[in-house]
Amino acid sequence: MTLLDVATIKADFPIFEKKMRNDARLVYLDSGATSQKPRQVMAAEQYFYTHQNAAVHRGSHLLAEEASAAYEGARETVAAFLGAKSDEIIFTKSATESLNLLAYSFSNSATGRFALGVGDEILLSEMEHHANLIPWQQLAKRTGATLKWFEVTPDGRLDLSQIDQLLSARTKIVALTHQSNVLGTINPITEIAKKAKEHGALFVLDACQSVPHFATDVSKLGVDFVTFSGHKMLGPTGIGVLWGRSELLAAMEPFLFGGSMIETVTMESATWAPAPRKFEAGVPNMAQAVGLAAAINYLEAIGMDKVHEHEVALTTYALEGLQTIKGLTIIGPTNMDSRGGVLSFALDGIHPHDGCQVLDQYGIAVRTGHHCAWPLMRKYGVSGTTRASFYIYNDLADIDALVTGIEATKKYFKVS
Amino acid sequence: MELDSLYQEVILDHYKHPLHKGLSAEKTVQVHHVNPSCGDEITLNLLLEGDVVRDVTWDGVGCSISQASCSIMSDLVHGKSVDHALTILESFSELMSSKGSITGDEEILEDGVALAGVSKFPARVKCALLGWMAFKDAALQGRNEEKK
Ligand SMILES: Cc1ncc(COP(=O)(O)O)c(C=O)c1O
Repeated sequence: MTLLDVATIKADFPIFEKKMRNDARLVYLDSGATSQKPRQVMAAEQYFYTHQNAAVHRGSHLLAEEASAAYEGARETVAAFLGAKSDEIIFTKSATESLNLLAYSFSNSATGRFALGVGDEILLSEMEHHANLIPWQQLAKRTGATLKWFEVTPDGRLDLSQIDQLLSARTKIVALTHQSNVLGTINPITEIAKKAKEHGALFVLDACQSVPHFATDVSKLGVDFVTFSGHKMLGPTGIGVLWGRSELLAAMEPFLFGGSMIETVTMESATWAPAPRKFEAGVPNMAQAVGLAAAINYLEAIGMDKVHEHEVALTTYALEGLQTIKGLTIIGPTNMDSRGGVLSFALDGIHPHDGCQVLDQYGIAVRTGHHCAWPLMRKYGVSGTTRASFYIYNDLADIDALVTGIEATKKYFKVS
Repeated sequence: MELDSLYQEVILDHYKHPLHKGLSAEKTVQVHHVNPSCGDEITLNLLLEGDVVRDVTWDGVGCSISQASCSIMSDLVHGKSVDHALTILESFSELMSSKGSITGDEEILEDGVALAGVSKFPARVKCALLGWMAFKDAALQGRNEEKK
């Protein structure tokens, strides 16, 4: 087991100084929803506002120059982190916006490979977050295209047995999550992307739960677009990323129109700046981009492989500990085969909401509900689950606290 | 523990042995309400006889707070006029938005006062209100039905 030096890491995260209810320490097991932030990220944002703040790409005074350099520097940091080229990185406000950007850009592109119509298909899966489901549902509605999806197996894997029926020349878009935010399953993206390519489909990867947790090289995955949010990877809220292949970004129509995204404008019409600017209308979230770069630097100083090993060690330990609890059922894979640090479970006789309330009394923050994956809940016949998700600042003591907390919950509700 | 103000015995009793749970065959209207933030759902059948609530039955999935609250509500409004039932609902809504500043009128709310503690847990208020809002919706629709 190779765990990180959590005590040292925690010292960088001021939130862990907070006293929770009943003076308990914070056991934060909700990084799948959003991560906590180290001082370095907050300092980077503050430095930007204190020393460099100006609207980027507008004006030629010193501050505008420095702000632009900081913002473009952040783009380079993101690009290097993903094994991508800088001009393939588009800053958005979130993964949700990135996915909507794609869906709208596709419908704004009336011709070519982005144009969809009756008879075309969009292939998703039952384990998608609403953010990677509803934009495609809506795109299908706008264009007359049909939604198809991979089902999930009882043990929380994508059911690929029908892949040759589901993927065909009709498939125009495949949009899948890299790691499920509910089950923790890591999907075999390279394999599916290879097949998608054979059929000429565009592949959109929702990397919200992967990029923050393990090394992700977009040039090796064989996908066309990757989306994720900064706030789940130690970065600020209000900053997301869309990576796309240069030739695709060049051919795609923009989604949001306005300042900064143009080349020329007359009263009647306008032309677009090249990507990424074409997709970044308006004054962007500059300090947040700079904060995201600081977050990436923080993660890289640790090393993404070490981050992943740490989470695998925690999850292995948690799977063992949780499965000793009578009446607890893991929803998702119970082995560490292609699996990350997100763990959902159900407790006999205790609704997730009630369980969470007791855990909260011990300073334990878990997530309950449908996790924005309602169709997946229906599939497993539950209204919601309790989810623990891990990151670099969690240690084995946090998992012990969770296991003890669940036993206390059972006692509280007199469930044996 | 602070928690005991939330999970009073009365609530856990209603949760384990809910009243009027299981949908009746006869109804004036049926409504289906969900709590989109947690996925809890309830279906409620309301049977009116003129302006009187003859029967309220319900079914659904939810946490102890939402299930107990629904159980308490369905028992409270039974046999009351719609107007009377709606004033009880007003009183309960007021309790829920009180952030712990009032304890609720036991004359009006009966077992419902046991839910007073919920108002101190903002994330749980919507659990307690799920069944009541379903009833309100059904009552207003049902009244229109009866007028036809
Ligand atoms: C798998 C997955 N996709 C998409 C999202 C949406 O991210 P955001 O809300 O930051 O846009 C999330 C976050 O909850 C997620 O876990």
